Amino acid sequence: MAVLLDGASRVVIQGMGAAGQREAVVSRDVGTQVVCGVTPGRGGQELAGVPVRNTVREAVDEFGANVSVIFVPAPFAADAIAEAADAAVPVAICITEGIPTLDMVRVRRHLRGSATRLIGPNCPGVMSPGERARGGIMPPDVYLPGHVGVISRSGTLVYETVDQLTRLGIGQSTSVGVGGDPIIGTTQREALELFEADAETAAVVLIGEIGGTAEQEAADYVRGMSKPVVAFIAGATAPPGRRMGHAGAIIAGRAGTASAKQQALRDAGAEVVESPADIGRTMQRVLRERGLL
Amino acid sequence: MKLHEYQAKAVLAARGVPVPSGRVARSPGEAEAAAGELGGPVVVKAQAHTGGRGRGGGVRLAATAAEAAEAASAILGMQLVTEQTGPAGLPVDSVLVEEQVEIAREIYVSVVIDSAAGVPVVIGSAAGGMEIEEIAEEHPEQIHRAPIDPALGFMPYQARQLAFALGLDGDLLRPAVALLEALARTFDEVDCSLVEINPLVVTADGRLLAADAKLSVDDNADFRQQALFGERDRAQDDRLEVEAQDAGIQNYVKLDGSIGCLVNGAGLAMATMDAIQYAGGEPANFLDIGTANSADAVVAALRLIGSDADVRAVLVNIFGGLARTDVIAEGVVRAKQMDLIPQPTVVRLAGTNVDDGRRILDESGVEVIRAEGFAEGARLAVEAAAGGAG
Repeated sequence: MAVLLDGASRVVIQGMGAAGQREAVVSRDVGTQVVCGVTPGRGGQELAGVPVRNTVREAVDEFGANVSVIFVPAPFAADAIAEAADAAVPVAICITEGIPTLDMVRVRRHLRGSATRLIGPNCPGVMSPGERARGGIMPPDVYLPGHVGVISRSGTLVYETVDQLTRLGIGQSTSVGVGGDPIIGTTQREALELFEADAETAAVVLIGEIGGTAEQEAADYVRGMSKPVVAFIAGATAPPGRRMGHAGAIIAGRAGTASAKQQALRDAGAEVVESPADIGRTMQRVLRERGLL
Repeated sequence: MKLHEYQAKAVLAARGVPVPSGRVARSPGEAEAAAGELGGPVVVKAQAHTGGRGRGGGVRLAATAAEAAEAASAILGMQLVTEQTGPAGLPVDSVLVEEQVEIAREIYVSVVIDSAAGVPVVIGSAAGGMEIEEIAEEHPEQIHRAPIDPALGFMPYQARQLAFALGLDGDLLRPAVALLEALARTFDEVDCSLVEINPLVVTADGRLLAADAKLSVDDNADFRQQALFGERDRAQDDRLEVEAQDAGIQNYVKLDGSIGCLVNGAGLAMATMDAIQYAGGEPANFLDIGTANSADAVVAALRLIGSDADVRAVLVNIFGGLARTDVIAEGVVRAKQMDLIPQPTVVRLAGTNVDDGRRILDESGVEVIRAEGFAEGARLAVEAAAGGAG
């Protein structure tokens, strides 16, 4: 097993534009069941070897899709997420960057009480290498099947972390990019809960960044976890008041600083890494100390 | 995107928020005419994207139209330095000439996104005139919050509760409720990330007025707030940041150090800055090249970094996912061949198409320092910057 995405997942790609098609092919080559694509108006066609339908509901009814990966452009992405929820797709992973915040406010309210868990938006997606299951845009070659869960607000820091682990021979159960926006579907804390409950995961890397208070909320949960957590917070050198690329990465007030987040995680018992180059090595040491490696 | 005070007030006034009578002026003559039209004493306020304008000398009182002209000529053309701007300050190309109001009380109201709750929240405090951060530290019990349920909108009972909590009762209740509702409506209609009235004043003659106003618009909503984005005052932004935007590079922030960075992904870009500092250097910029689907975009980004006089070494750190390392490598080679980055350049490539990327660098013959990992890249860049300085 893994979290969110496994070998039994049947993936639909919403938004079969250039990126959607390209990533559909990469995921299929990894071994993922990419069963359908959705682009309104192109129903009945086949793109990149994937059958296309007009609506998510058709993808569910006809192909049994149970994970949606969304590449729809930002102005229309909130609509696409709501459509996935309306079709009761259990997991919707939204890759799209640049969705207006108020669109996400409304969508998140709409998702409350629905059957759909949203991952993202503005995220690299989810990959479970041991299940050959990829829903997103990550480079699959850097992964190695194993037992470390990876959670990150940033996409490229997922790759960096996974690469560092793999080079040390430490495999991953699942990586979850939760997204860099201020309003996201699944928080770092919720992703930790998933890994804590996952029998295949022995330890977790948590990659946070400046802005907001999500790392503090995650730290509250780390305190009671049975599994070790290694954490890194990006943006220790970022100046306050400036948005660092991610819409959510802006320091407004003391809680948003890297040092406040590091402190909260350290107090909760996480192993906090100062240099981003030391994430893999630190996990190696923690696993050895616990007799897990 | 931040608006100027006069722009924010126009947006708010159009939705029913009472503001003082005022005119924007771009010359002392215009300021004099504006003061004449308004009649009576005025305040002349520098229009710049910063708080603390008064302490920085950007706000002056004027009893007559002639004094308003003098005040405007002192303010226009200045570089306004405040605790928020940094030593270079911000240029002032316009002033807001406004009627002076007699203030009985100052109140704070704003709407922001509460990202933990995932909804906008209307915030009010009777301790107006102070920065909200100060109020939160010194008088947390005086901060009142009303979260907006997007399915319901901001409800009248919430506006009433907040008005009472702020002491806006009696004859002030109705205008206060109307103002708070207008504020929430503005936030929604204009795709704000912040709208703040500080201070909201009760005048000596019992009126409510937005004496100052700040408004920021969600950059992601530019496609549906085109009129406001069309009024953007780019003179308020760093020159290199404006050049970056013109070149299609959305995520560039100028910093104070000497190592120019080109990275893909905001998180990796921040972590690269952190690694540089960890290695004993300072980053000259934050730059997320994103998916970089063309070598032209890479060349444009490197042209920008290379033209920054503070840059003594360049670090290219790419972990390709959607971004392709071969495209990045091609961009680096072209930028080097065009001599756009004469500074020593450290390149670390990993991820998608990395073998092609490395081959392109090898076969080009351009002089770059290759790094395997991230820490090595940061260390080599810091060493190169130090060498170049000596």
